[in-house]
Amino acid sequence: MSIPLDQILIQTINGVVTGMILALVASGLTLIFGIMDVVNFAHGELFMLGAYVGVVTAVATGTFWLALISAIVVIALLGAMIQVTTLRPLLGRDPLTTILATFGLSLVLQNYALWQFGPVARNMPEPITGHFTLFYLDYPWYRIAIALLSAAIIGGLWLFLKFGTYGIWIRATTQDRVMAAAMGIPVPWVHTAVFAIGAGMAAASGVLFGPLVGVNHAMGLDWTLKAFIVVVVGGMGNLGGSIAASIFISLLEAYASLWVSPAQAVIVSFVVLILTLLFRPTGLFVPTPK
Amino acid sequence: MTSTRRPIAFWTGFCVVLALLIVAPLVLPEFWRRFVTEILIWGLLAMSSDILIGYTGMVSFGHSAFFGLGMYGAAAALISVRPPNLWLALVYGLVAAALVAAFVAYFSTRLRDIYFSITTLVFSQIFYVIIFTWTEVTGGENGLTFRRPALSIPGLFSIPFDSNTLHWFVLAVVAVSYLVLRRITQSPFGMVLQSIRENEPRTRAIGYAVERYKILAVMLSGLFAGLAGVLYAVQNRFAAPDFVFFLISGEVVVFNVMGGIGTLVGPVVGAAFFLLLREGFSRFFTEYYLIWVGLIFTAMVIFMPQGLLGFWRRRLNQ
Repeated sequence: MSIPLDQILIQTINGVVTGMILALVASGLTLIFGIMDVVNFAHGELFMLGAYVGVVTAVATGTFWLALISAIVVIALLGAMIQVTTLRPLLGRDPLTTILATFGLSLVLQNYALWQFGPVARNMPEPITGHFTLFYLDYPWYRIAIALLSAAIIGGLWLFLKFGTYGIWIRATTQDRVMAAAMGIPVPWVHTAVFAIGAGMAAASGVLFGPLVGVNHAMGLDWTLKAFIVVVVGGMGNLGGSIAASIFISLLEAYASLWVSPAQAVIVSFVVLILTLLFRPTGLFVPTPK
Repeated sequence: MTSTRRPIAFWTGFCVVLALLIVAPLVLPEFWRRFVTEILIWGLLAMSSDILIGYTGMVSFGHSAFFGLGMYGAAAALISVRPPNLWLALVYGLVAAALVAAFVAYFSTRLRDIYFSITTLVFSQIFYVIIFTWTEVTGGENGLTFRRPALSIPGLFSIPFDSNTLHWFVLAVVAVSYLVLRRITQSPFGMVLQSIRENEPRTRAIGYAVERYKILAVMLSGLFAGLAGVLYAVQNRFAAPDFVFFLISGEVVVFNVMGGIGTLVGPVVGAAFFLLLREGFSRFFTEYYLIWVGLIFTAMVIFMPQGLLGFWRRRLNQ
């Protein structure tokens, strides 16, 4: 059973596109984990709610880009609120309690979305409707735009962390919470801000992903799981590693779905995760620790 | 510790609760009779996971796999053998759960803390995907339905289950499991598990093969989770992939945290509390009850980390 080259190329492009969306979700998750040891089980729900805010705004105003921005802002504010009310009291306790608390939150958010928006999936118009010819397919430009936009947002985050004053605060807090506080950095607010940034990024990816398959209340679960896998495979708290792992895993899944159904292709990423944990528990894309 | 008085208090309490639960189906209306049976089954599942969460300090997010495999194992026995035999279902379910538990334990116990949680979660999802997509064998999304076996001892008697006998059967299994698990947690083996929870490097330094103990703990826990799965299959006469999905594992952790981890009884209390909340809220909010349950749970994680049982105990001590 040979697979023609054109199919492999198409799947490569598909894989990179989903990989970039996943990278956007996962970099928020890994940032949150890296700075405050919080395993955010509700990350996929923030993705889902972001997509809903996007749909509602896009339908009301007719502009996709306004929808994108409003989703980022609204979900970032929600994230800040969640951090202050739920995660701040848990600071310094076992990281496992944060899994439990955010698991509770994910139940709340998911069922809130079900209650508010109903069980029927919503469609979101694509902002860019053009196509180009890829072998025998009309490939939408929008997918390419998603990949580029995700890359731009992640690049922006990287520049901010590298050069921005507040970005340096964030990195300082990641390295040494106590020392950063001693230097006058308002650590609790840095935590809140990071959670808000992570939530905003999840929302952005939700809006970008929305037009591809439609928006429903259960879409977050899948993404939580995928983002977890990516973050562990890439090395917890390691931004570059998560991005590499996102693309790696999405490509593998895309290739696997040439042979098996997409539902079964997920197993490939599970296996990658388990192998990573067994043989390189610090992550695939980090230098070997000495 | 007043070691002479405590066992007496314990056995009195145990007998009183047992007596109440034996009488329960005779006085309760049909709906609540079923409800109490269901609490017992979920309580057993929660208890099994307490061995890991409360005693060994490993939070498993993969108990749905053991529970589900117990269910499907029982289903296999009940569908393939005519007439359906209860004990065969039990054996099949336990073997299926034990095999999966051995497999999961071998890999996941090499990891600690959240990595253990994530690995167990991912393993349970693997089994979910397999069961969900392998339609010819597992019935896929629709699951499997089968007839309920009769309660029988070959050569002695055979009576069909009604809701009373089913309740007593479940109660007997759960009560015996509780006593066995309690005995295990107080045995030298259980003590080693607790010392792993308290200080793993030191336990290793003393000379215990920590990895082997952890594997055994996961397998033991998986076995009892599988037992709960068999009971659930017998009670409801179906097996469905939804019960292998990781949300069930999450609920099991919720039972533990709500009731109080490391107490064995706590998780059962937690399961009862959760199911009552669900029942109460779903009357007013239909399927959106999880919003309120989620809020209460999150608040309990923050304000009541010892769970209901620990909270009461501290109240009583004051």
